[in-house]
Amino acid sequence: MKSKKKLVIVLTILCVIIGVFPLVYIKNSEFGGADGAAEEVITEINPEYVPWAESIISPPGGETESLLFALQAAFGAGIVCFGFGYYVARKKFKPEEGNAEELFR
Amino acid sequence: MTRKEKNFIKLSFVMAAVFGVTQNTYAMHIMEGYLPLKYCLFYGAICLPFLAMGVVNIKKLVNEHRKTLLLLAMMGAYAFVLSALKIPSVTGSSSHPTGTGLGAIIFGPCVMSVLGIIVLLFQAILLAHGGLTTLGANTFSMAIAGPFVSYGIFVAAKKLKVNRYVGVFLATSIGDLFTYCVTSVQLGVAYPNQVGGAVASIKQFMAVFAVTQIPLAIIEGLLAVVVVIGLEAYASRELKETIYVKRGAIIEK
Repeated sequence: MKSKKKLVIVLTILCVIIGVFPLVYIKNSEFGGADGAAEEVITEINPEYVPWAESIISPPGGETESLLFALQAAFGAGIVCFGFGYYVARKKFKPEEGNAEELFR
Repeated sequence: MTRKEKNFIKLSFVMAAVFGVTQNTYAMHIMEGYLPLKYCLFYGAICLPFLAMGVVNIKKLVNEHRKTLLLLAMMGAYAFVLSALKIPSVTGSSSHPTGTGLGAIIFGPCVMSVLGIIVLLFQAILLAHGGLTTLGANTFSMAIAGPFVSYGIFVAAKKLKVNRYVGVFLATSIGDLFTYCVTSVQLGVAYPNQVGGAVASIKQFMAVFAVTQIPLAIIEGLLAVVVVIGLEAYASRELKETIYVKRGAIIEK
């Protein structure tokens, strides 16, 4: 278990490094969101293309959009962490959990 | 223009996209209204049998494996979180992981197609991210193609007796990357380049979508390993009933 704890820490740090690296390394970029430039490629390939549908509701601005994205993440993280909390507490108070390795025998 | 010149120009375009100089490296779902109607219908139709299978499988979970429901909710929530995280990438633009691979190796790809479409619906309706007309195409790439690749790799890795965590990493990261390759193909086919046809534009979209996604796919793979270590330590009772441990524990056919 101890070695796995180390592994978890190392993996988490790696994730952060991979995420932060572009921010440090690439200076002249705003890291724009991801829907628009495929649009650019499309207009480049076919300049006459007109989107034939529009989003029903679109957030009025960046602030509202980030609110909704934050809510999405918070909602998801809430459920994931509730689950983990439940399982950890169960193991603590009802320790009948087998060893992880035994699962695969 | 000679062929050489054409190739040269193509190459320069790819290089530009790869190095983010032109800033046209956006990589996420296909936008509302940007896929011609016949393709929307086509991809939507393809999704239906997978969704139906997913609903049947979830019903089976609810009836026969109630214990695993919290785990199922967690997998859906995991996809929810990950697809809200727009992470900067080496190309100078941002994209987000899919989060559907982890659920696919625990509950099977069909179940994830249902959870994935819920995430996509939320983003399409409230966030104007993706779209209702392109829902079928996005569902096919993120909630069907990706999860199936993840599941296939995980099963193969298990058969080949690869280290379990390496298997999880490969399955989730390649599944993530594959999702964006499918998106590129979908767009490339819908917008064939006048010069090189569909293949040329697929390459163009690949440079936009797939390259941005590589570091994010690695992050998704690493994160999935962390979650799996946690689940093995604390939720082995639930995992025991899923295909993560036993093939066919929850019937997936």
